[in-house]
Amino acid sequence: MPGRREFLNTLMRGGILAALGLLSGSLLLRSRDEKSCSYGFDCSGCNRSKSCMLSAALEARQTVWQLDMTKCIQCGRCATNCVMSPSAVKCTHAFAMCGYCDLCGGYFKPGTKTLTTAAENQLCPTNALKRKFIEDPFFEYTIDEELCIGCGKCVKGCGAFGNGSLQLQVRHDRCKNCNECSIARNCPSQAFTRVPANKPSLMRGLGTELLNETAKKNQVNA
Amino acid sequence: MRKAKIIPVLMLPAILFSRAALAIQRFPKPEFESAYTQPQTQIPLPRGEFLAYLDVFVLFASLCLVTWLVLKKRSRLLVFLMSLFSLAYFGFYREGCVCSIGSIQNVSLALFDHSFVLPLTVLLFFVLPLVFTLFFGRTFCAAVCPFGAMQDLFAFKPQALGSRLNTVLGIIPYLYLGLAVLFAATGTDFIICRYDPFVGIFRFNASFGMFLFSGILLLSGVFIARPYCRFLCPYGVLLNWTSRFSRRHLSITPSECIQCRLCENSCPYDAIDFPVTDKSPESKPLMVKKMMILTILVPILLLVFGYTGSRMQYALAGVDSRVKLAKEVLALSKGTGIPEKNAGGNTRSVPEEESFEIKAFKASGKTEAQVYSDASIVLKKFYVGGWLFGGFTGLVIAMLIAGRMLPVYRKDYVTNKGRCFSCTRCTDYCPIKS
Repeated sequence: MPGRREFLNTLMRGGILAALGLLSGSLLLRSRDEKSCSYGFDCSGCNRSKSCMLSAALEARQTVWQLDMTKCIQCGRCATNCVMSPSAVKCTHAFAMCGYCDLCGGYFKPGTKTLTTAAENQLCPTNALKRKFIEDPFFEYTIDEELCIGCGKCVKGCGAFGNGSLQLQVRHDRCKNCNECSIARNCPSQAFTRVPANKPSLMRGLGTELLNETAKKNQVNA
Repeated sequence: MRKAKIIPVLMLPAILFSRAALAIQRFPKPEFESAYTQPQTQIPLPRGEFLAYLDVFVLFASLCLVTWLVLKKRSRLLVFLMSLFSLAYFGFYREGCVCSIGSIQNVSLALFDHSFVLPLTVLLFFVLPLVFTLFFGRTFCAAVCPFGAMQDLFAFKPQALGSRLNTVLGIIPYLYLGLAVLFAATGTDFIICRYDPFVGIFRFNASFGMFLFSGILLLSGVFIARPYCRFLCPYGVLLNWTSRFSRRHLSITPSECIQCRLCENSCPYDAIDFPVTDKSPESKPLMVKKMMILTILVPILLLVFGYTGSRMQYALAGVDSRVKLAKEVLALSKGTGIPEKNAGGNTRSVPEEESFEIKAFKASGKTEAQVYSDASIVLKKFYVGGWLFGGFTGLVIAMLIAGRMLPVYRKDYVTNKGRCFSCTRCTDYCPIKS
């Protein structure tokens, strides 16, 4: 009896459609708690503190992967665990934070006797960190992105002895934005998070303004 | 634990001022006398958001177009050309990410983890092909999915596998789907993406093992057409079941089948059901007996497999990073992480090099109790998940047994609505053209 079979099919079809609709609806219209607001999406000025309904659901919610330097311990896995080789994670220099030190903890190996650009003095395994004399006693450090493999050796040195201006960051022109980041899976400190695509950087001390503001506040406090 | 104390101190300025002040300004900002201008830090922006919506539009448009080509034009050539386009766009241009197959994991994670943000585009990638399949059959598989398009290029000498082998191998996608949902829902891993054989080809970049896997898969695809789609693809399971209830579906012949048998060997995917004209209806007692066996078998299978699944709780949860960390911390606090070295009869403990996980744990300032409670939550999830996964497996097996037990009667050569990829090869073999 084709009639009965057709009827059952229609019934099932309606059921599956309803299920898909319910699923999409509940995923889009679900209330987002405060935890998800601290996810990185800007909820400031949002007075729907408990639930974000349709309008918020339909906002662009693309995410990208980024590395939170406050959690990073510079284990070096960024260099080896990316699906791309070389890795999409590279050292990025926040010039506004740099002290332009002569004895740079990110550039020189510990125990270096003469502060020259000789290869044996350099911490960077690929000669990607370049040192340039600016004026006494300041040196500028720049990163040759083509050479950088994202091992984070300089980042560790700079963070341990200097201002921490050398930072590891996912370079979004190279990152394939995998559904699940292969580095994130292997990161020992869970430093990789999905961040909103319109705020793709978790770098510290980017703008001089911010640093200046901090300095002012410091002065006021003092 | 020295570091753990430093961290809160470091956090203080961050809370007081801003995120930007987190680092310690050990050296003051230099005041340059020369005309040196500081270079700007270059931060490359990610792919524009509107492009993600363009992807969804391309998906929708190509689904519409392929559906029209399959159902109305019935043209293999045009469907093939369309599959080349999909291979180029979704495959080599978009590099296979995010695809409908992988979106299963995003949806299941979003269902269980409320802090996970599911982009609308990903949801559409998940839902659109299913809705199209529900009405028109698996036209997504025909020429929109880049994985299928890629394998279709290799199907030179397809061999018929026989219904038994097809059924047995056909269980794998169900298991893969179950595991993928289990691992995604517990926030452990996205295994579909991790073991995706084609994404490495699209990017010309993968580990040796993955290249080997994709090479073997593509080469075996010469004889076993579309091996991934038929015997691995977890999204194919969902499409298979929605397609069975599809409103319209590709038919081999546009009108009446004349039993010419020309299409018999035309399908590379064994998706043509041959006529079963043996009309002798099974005796009523036999049917009753079969039904009784099934009603007893189904709950037994559910329970046995469910229990087995729940017993696999520790094995499955063992791959979770939170559980791994808890194990390491436990070993550390017990002192078993430090191997005792017996050199010359002297027993002295040699501090082992701390793993990065332990270093990160110490730096994070978390307590051991927190780590253990995190891990126990994961373990509980895997206990429930193990029952569900096992039960699902049992159900699948029961279903297959039932499918083979029930009598079939078919007059004509028809496409198997579940397995058919709507590739329209068979239509070329049918002598009836209108």
